[in-house]
Amino acid sequence: MNQSSLLKKYLMALTGIVLVGFVLVHMAGNLQVLIGREAINAYAYALQNLPAPILWGSRLFLLVCVLVHAVTAYQLIKENRMARPRANEIEVTKRAGWASLRMGLTGSLMLAFIVFHLLHFTIRAIFPEYNDMKTTVGSPDGSEIHDVYSMILAGFQVDAISIFYVICMFLLCRHLAHGVSSMFQTLGFRSERWRGKLDLAASAYGWIIFAGFSIIPVLVIAQKYGLVNCLETCGSSCSVNL
Amino acid sequence: MKLFLKVWKQEGPEDEGHFESHVLDGVSEDSSFLEMLDQLNEQLLGEGKEPIAFDHDCREGICGTCSLNINGYAHGLENSTTTCQLHMRKFEDGDSITVEPFRAKAFPVVKDLVVNRSAFDKIIQAGGFITVRTGSAPDGNAMPVPKENADLAMDAAQCIGCGACVASCKNASAMLFTSAKAGHLNMLPQGQAEKDSRVLNMVAAMDEAGFGNCRNYGECSAACPKDISLDYIAKLNRDYAKAKIKKVFS
Amino acid sequence: MILDSKIPEGPLADKWENHRFSSKLVNPANKRKFKIIVVGSGLAGGSAAATLGELGYNVDCFCYQDTPRRAHSIAAQGGINGAKNYQNDGDSIHRLFYDTIKGGDFRSRESNVHRLAQNSVNIIDQCVAQGVPFAREYGGLLANRSFGGAQVSRTFYARGQTGQQLLLGAYSALSRQIATGQVKMHVRQEMLDLIVVDGHAKGIITRNLATGEMKVWTADAVLLCTGGYGNVYYLSTNAIGCNVTANFRAYRRGAGFANPCFTQIHPTCIPVAGDHQSKLTLMSESLRNDGRVWVPKNAEDAGKAPSEIPEDARDYYLERKYPSFGNLAPRDISSRSAKEACDEGRGVGPGGRGVYLDFEDSINRLGENVISERYGNLFEMYERITGENAYQRPMRIYPAIHYTMGGLWVDYNLMSTIPGCFVLGEANFSDHGANRLGASALMQGLSDGYFVLPYTIGNYLTTISPGGIDPEGAAARETLESVKERVGQMVSAKGKRSSRSYHKELGNIMWEYAGMARSEKGLNKAIGEIQDLRDDFNKNLLVTGHGEELNMELERSGRVRDFLDFGELLCRDALTRNESCGGHFREEYQTADGEATRNDEDFSHAAVWEYKGDGETPTRHKEDLEFENVKLAVRSYK
Repeated sequence: MNQSSLLKKYLMALTGIVLVGFVLVHMAGNLQVLIGREAINAYAYALQNLPAPILWGSRLFLLVCVLVHAVTAYQLIKENRMARPRANEIEVTKRAGWASLRMGLTGSLMLAFIVFHLLHFTIRAIFPEYNDMKTTVGSPDGSEIHDVYSMILAGFQVDAISIFYVICMFLLCRHLAHGVSSMFQTLGFRSERWRGKLDLAASAYGWIIFAGFSIIPVLVIAQKYGLVNCLETCGSSCSVNL
Repeated sequence: MKLFLKVWKQEGPEDEGHFESHVLDGVSEDSSFLEMLDQLNEQLLGEGKEPIAFDHDCREGICGTCSLNINGYAHGLENSTTTCQLHMRKFEDGDSITVEPFRAKAFPVVKDLVVNRSAFDKIIQAGGFITVRTGSAPDGNAMPVPKENADLAMDAAQCIGCGACVASCKNASAMLFTSAKAGHLNMLPQGQAEKDSRVLNMVAAMDEAGFGNCRNYGECSAACPKDISLDYIAKLNRDYAKAKIKKVFS
Repeated sequence: MILDSKIPEGPLADKWENHRFSSKLVNPANKRKFKIIVVGSGLAGGSAAATLGELGYNVDCFCYQDTPRRAHSIAAQGGINGAKNYQNDGDSIHRLFYDTIKGGDFRSRESNVHRLAQNSVNIIDQCVAQGVPFAREYGGLLANRSFGGAQVSRTFYARGQTGQQLLLGAYSALSRQIATGQVKMHVRQEMLDLIVVDGHAKGIITRNLATGEMKVWTADAVLLCTGGYGNVYYLSTNAIGCNVTANFRAYRRGAGFANPCFTQIHPTCIPVAGDHQSKLTLMSESLRNDGRVWVPKNAEDAGKAPSEIPEDARDYYLERKYPSFGNLAPRDISSRSAKEACDEGRGVGPGGRGVYLDFEDSINRLGENVISERYGNLFEMYERITGENAYQRPMRIYPAIHYTMGGLWVDYNLMSTIPGCFVLGEANFSDHGANRLGASALMQGLSDGYFVLPYTIGNYLTTISPGGIDPEGAAARETLESVKERVGQMVSAKGKRSSRSYHKELGNIMWEYAGMARSEKGLNKAIGEIQDLRDDFNKNLLVTGHGEELNMELERSGRVRDFLDFGELLCRDALTRNESCGGHFREEYQTADGEATRNDEDFSHAAVWEYKGDGETPTRHKEDLEFENVKLAVRSYK
């Protein structure tokens, strides 16, 4: 695909906007775990039961965005490597930060994370037993629904998984710190006068996303080791007990 | 001053190239970096060795001929300074200095530290001009230009085409150069008629030449001896989007 | 050598108009058949190549730089004159004409200068249309500033980078023609000889600086837009690569060289700091608008810090000697006054070769912001080079070789004494007489390239049939062989001394004896020393590497070789011009208070030198200058 460098950049920015928006909504949804089992289960149930075109349309759209973002990034990086066949003997920077220099790395890890995350919680292929977690809590009509709350708690019970999630959220945070500000630049909406503030806002956004996502595995682990006691424990309806 | 130099040596475009080490004593701190290299070359000549080839001409920071990557920095660590205006008082006695050519696929090495930057000319030829036949111009004051716009155009037009932006970019992107050249003309009323074709063609020429993609690091602007702002890249991004959309829907 | 200036008939103001009408036109279909070589891509070469391409000629343009955008016109800082009278301060074409003639100390051709003044107006329009970002007033109209040697504000500028912006304008026009294929650009190519067949210029020989390949290029006309020869002084404000080779080779092939001794010393350069120095840096003359030039009244104070020298112990010598022009006195006068002050031991800074240019009053009057807006980049440049902050401590400046008014002789059509060989811009001698006014060089380069040559070249082309000569023919081959032999000799030079060391030594001789003040005794001495140096050069030169590669030692050796010959010619010209005028100051010819004494009786002419062979003394011819529209007067700026 031999399209203009700027078109590729626009693709990165536009898909970036979608994904930036998505993680915020996703995080807001997740935070309902803190409200309680009923809230998150009801929310998850509602999402799952959206009319199929909307549900699958959105899923497909997001998937396409991720793929376009990743494939375009791959092309860009490949071209960039070709454009600089030999590195400097001494590689230094004056302005570029850690995050902006490692978008490829953080991005690739994010892609791996997304695959894992989908297999883990959405498709539930890694631990098929999550599918058996059923409850009536949060059900709109009292029938049995999937107990997302228990699944999350069970999922983060495993130290390694929680640590992995937190690390990945940190990478996401850094990816966003560059990406959110860069997005404005690529679309031509950034100016040097505002760049400082925009960079700060982007970084803040990254940290908010980090905090919002990480708080759940952190609390689950903290509660596991008796450091806090704020999460509603799994009742008899679920197979995992804290 | 006594300096320990590690300088890139490459016989020609096909040669692999390697570093050579030299010790140079008695350097005046009032010397410019290029005068220091002159001194090294005289020393090499005295030893019957071939001097190091490097590009240079005006030696007052305006022609954009000098290049050199000094200790990893295009034109050296000093901000807003070309290599020819970098003075040895910025270094310490006993310093080790690594000197390499500007590295980019689009800037092939001619010899030693000399690179071919004709890719920049290609970008200008694609659209970095206003089509005006000699003699067909209206009176200079026929078209007022708000001072602010004229100043912004001048900020961009100051670009000396040295290629430090490309050399300092990890991706060897020429966006700062291209955007400064397009931005200068796009900002003036005289440049409006060809604005869309200008950005489309210049970006196409830039891609064609094998430059990398902009990743908005800002290294280019930090290395730019004329402090060209990233705003021009944002403006180019904007102008290009508009031009592309207009083209698609026309 | 016949010097027919071909000045058109009629009143001064109508000459150009008459000439344009009577000039022969080449019809569009025939233009395609003519091939024109343009050597150099600065303001003159770039604008000429672009305009000729636009007209439909096939143009080959050459430059030694890696891109046409780097020609040394780029370094001009201050501005370009245009008789627009936008300021309503009494300017007119005639006034610009008069100022230029007077500034040139009545040693230029009236008709050429008047044409220059007429074209100045079109140049501004052309450049604005090209997108040159000239400084603007708040109302959006063009701003002007005043400049040395003028009492009106007619200088258009783009911060301190006017030359850069004008060159980039010409370069963009050139690039447009390169894109259409009408102009073929050949970069990193140095012209090493002119091919002359039956007395007509028919091509050039170049050496590709990147590969060493030497090649014949044929054409129906050759334009030399190769700049000045200031680097004969080694230290000058010229770019390192600037050289006299193309012009000197044309001279050796029969082009008359006019007034080589008319060199301009620029009063506001950064003083020499030491032996390592490779070039001098100019600080725009526009600084003199807001800076006051002074030295201590007493030599004993010269070593003190400027802040320790009280107001009444300072000598603002330009204001004192030239009250009506003050700090804006013309370049030659300002330079010489600086030299006098330093000769009296009142010079400041290392080596005592410097005077102060003080902005304190202007900063107090206008505020640091205004000064910084006007000259910020110059102040930064000064600080980078000297490590001193000129907002806090006066700048140190000293004169340096900057521009050369002399050059190949041309007629009104800009054609040299070799038919078919045209010379434009600084490379010719035509418009500035013995001294050039500030902001006039850019004007001349662009006038020649955009508005003069494209018209006048028709007068030659209509006399020949297109097609040029056979590049494999005897004449071309012979010239190529002679160049190969010359280069070959240098490549095999395995002596002891580098070309740079010879250049430095030549520069010292030139500056000492043919610099700001010249004398018969000194010039004779210089000629002897140059001849000795040249003999030594021929025996002891060291060139490393070989000819078939990028070899900067070889390049410099060739240029220095021609400078050695040329330096002698310059001294010879200075020696025979027994008067002081403009940039040429002969110590024997001055008034009691040190002002230059012109000799209009015997020297109201351009001296044109004809090459007679190696080792032979060249012949001096004269083109008498007639002044019908101005009264020759003692140039007074008091």
